[in-house]
Amino acid sequence: MSRSRNFWLVVIILLIAFSLWVDLSKNISIADPTNDKLLVNLNTDIRLGLDLRGGLQTLLQADVPNCASVDPNELNVTRQILESRANALGVSEVTMQVAGNCRIVAEFPGINNPEQVVAALQQTGLLEFVDMGSNPVPVGTVIKTDYGQTSATQPAAAGTAQTSTATPNATATAQSAVTATPLANTTPSATTQPSATVYHTVMTGAALDTVSVQTSSVGQYEIAFTLKSNGTQVFSDYTTANVGKYLAIVLDKKVISVPVINSAITGGQGVIQGSFTVDTANALAVQLRYGSLPVPVKVVESETVGPTLGAESVRKSLLAGAIGLTVVILFMGLYYRLPGVLADLALVTYTLISLMLFKVIPIFLTLPGIAGFILSIGMAVDANVLIFERLKEELRSGRSLRQAIDLGWSRAWPSIRDSNSSTLITCLILYIFGNTFGASIVKGFSINLALGVVISLFTAIIVTRTYLHLVLDNLKLDEHPNWFGL
Amino acid sequence: MNIIKNRYLYFLISLLVIVPGIVFMAIHWVNNPSDGPLALSIDFRGGSLLEVQFSGTLPSINDIQAIYNQYQSTTGQALSDAIIQPLGTDSYSITSKQIDDATKGKIVAAMQSKFGGTVTVLNFTSVSASVGAEVTSAAGWAILAAAIFIILYVWFAFRSVEHPVRYGTAAIIAMFHDIFVVLGVEAMLGYFLHWEADSLFLTALLTVIGFSVHDTIVVFDRIRENANIYRRVDYETLVNHSVVQTLDRSINTQLTVMFTLFALALFGGDTTRHFVIILLAGIFSGTYSSIFNASPILVVWQNREWRTWFRRKTEAQPGTAQ
Repeated sequence: MSRSRNFWLVVIILLIAFSLWVDLSKNISIADPTNDKLLVNLNTDIRLGLDLRGGLQTLLQADVPNCASVDPNELNVTRQILESRANALGVSEVTMQVAGNCRIVAEFPGINNPEQVVAALQQTGLLEFVDMGSNPVPVGTVIKTDYGQTSATQPAAAGTAQTSTATPNATATAQSAVTATPLANTTPSATTQPSATVYHTVMTGAALDTVSVQTSSVGQYEIAFTLKSNGTQVFSDYTTANVGKYLAIVLDKKVISVPVINSAITGGQGVIQGSFTVDTANALAVQLRYGSLPVPVKVVESETVGPTLGAESVRKSLLAGAIGLTVVILFMGLYYRLPGVLADLALVTYTLISLMLFKVIPIFLTLPGIAGFILSIGMAVDANVLIFERLKEELRSGRSLRQAIDLGWSRAWPSIRDSNSSTLITCLILYIFGNTFGASIVKGFSINLALGVVISLFTAIIVTRTYLHLVLDNLKLDEHPNWFGL
Repeated sequence: MNIIKNRYLYFLISLLVIVPGIVFMAIHWVNNPSDGPLALSIDFRGGSLLEVQFSGTLPSINDIQAIYNQYQSTTGQALSDAIIQPLGTDSYSITSKQIDDATKGKIVAAMQSKFGGTVTVLNFTSVSASVGAEVTSAAGWAILAAAIFIILYVWFAFRSVEHPVRYGTAAIIAMFHDIFVVLGVEAMLGYFLHWEADSLFLTALLTVIGFSVHDTIVVFDRIRENANIYRRVDYETLVNHSVVQTLDRSINTQLTVMFTLFALALFGGDTTRHFVIILLAGIFSGTYSSIFNASPILVVWQNREWRTWFRRKTEAQPGTAQ
């Protein structure tokens, strides 16, 4: 038995050392000494949930009559599009998760213009054909367009009002004026700041009918598209009037291609050329194809928390947690004496390990999450209370200390196992409930509580016992029954 | 110490807490037929909650209502029935029919231009009625699912003793006892302090369910163990002995959880206070029910005491016909 105790002692010491390291640092990066490449780069800052740092959380729901008819893949694509769209709007650290059959939870920490973000997200698509006049901007530029600025003037509606000068069935090609336009290569750092100019949007992705990748007569990859009838009309009118000018194709306000209009395009078909590889052409085609959301969404729930309320909550919860922990530590020490003090040490170990896991997994700390964690401190003690009560009983019935310790643990185990299993069952049901309905409060609480239960089992059963045996090996405890509260 | 002997007294104490709670739930239901037994927050019935802080002139409730009257809800209804309550010295909490973010922006802009200073949005929540209704029914299903899974687990865990189903059932009866205590406390708080049941309340309720069973199982575990040791002792003595043996542990665990919860209630701020107070009531009830209800129910079942409940007997206790 002594060998397994030594094994656990080493494990515990290593775990505490690692936890302390993570708990005390904000970022951990380890470089490979041979080539200076980063082996590990872990952000170990405490991640605060929206309710604590302020921000916007919305629950988007598929705008369809029947939730069951929503294709899960399409919903996931919608989520990806929404995510890239939110990133394009300059909101950092956006998280979006599919919840249940037809909902998406979107969280935007620390934004101060929730109305605009929500409005931009709800639009079906943000692919735009933008009038560049004679001065094209480089690919990758984030531009401002008049689309969506004033909801009264829809570009498509304005376009159809123009008189048609189209010749039917004549196809023309919009030659790309740029080279190397793969979107994937456009790194965020290369993105230039939005310019002040507001460009006119000729039409949006809603006018696109089909998009496909093809090879040109000289063997280059290009993207062919066809337009719906109203789009054909708008495009025809526009290109007829602007031959020789530039037309930018803009996705989520970012220019992805700036072809020059060689001739009027009246047949509702067009080609985007550039020096594409098969992969980049496909990537762009997918972007275009899914430029409009496959599933239209509407906001069904929205919550904005101001940063002041959050900061105050963090401060108060931490204070409450510290006070609660102190009282519990005092109580355990006074009531259970030596084992109580050791349980207190195990409790500190528990807190260190929990904090480390919160940082590494990472788990976003929310208010109910903190409440769940503080509650789990109480539970962490419960397992020890169970064991110590058993230990005292065994001592009273005249067993030797070592026997009593082993019996206390083994006899308390079934009740610890069964009672914690039932709590884990509740956590699981809470989690499923929270996940399905996008109730992130309930979800966060259940994760923290479940994590607390699991860690507390480890600290109560392994850690406290190892500490107790360690003390036992070094002190003559048999002479001091009052150290055990007898 | 004989706890089991006075079981009907403890059942009576439970009823004295639960019955008033049910009365308050009934009062609320009669007064608000659309709401059900509890005052529900917008999380469940849909609507919008806006908390704003004014740094300039503090407007009156009528001033704010006047602004709300100019706008419409997401379904095109008037916002004339907004509930406006002062929040501290410089803020208001406004509950109304559901408005979207754009309307909220306009309302805040209107406040800003009318009352001057900076109008800070502390918190804005908006829930559509359909989502709220769905969450409410899902919450009911979640509780039912939890009950079924726990009954099955307890049945499985106690398969080695006689009548394992009884243990699962008794644990669930104790659990519903705690659910009713929590609902009753919430109904009373709703009646006197106008507290509304929100999604944090639901979280608290589900936690109480977990703890209730947690506590009950610890006591039952001792009965399970003792049943194998004292084979010749009658059941009532066996149960009582087990309850008394686990009493120290029950009280101490109760105390440690209470310490942390009290710290949260006193210092944790307003946001979680409601949540914590419901948890306090529920956890206390959970410990009470595992000692004074769940275990005595096993004895009542063993003796089939319900056969004597309606007979005229001198030793019949009040409150037995539950």
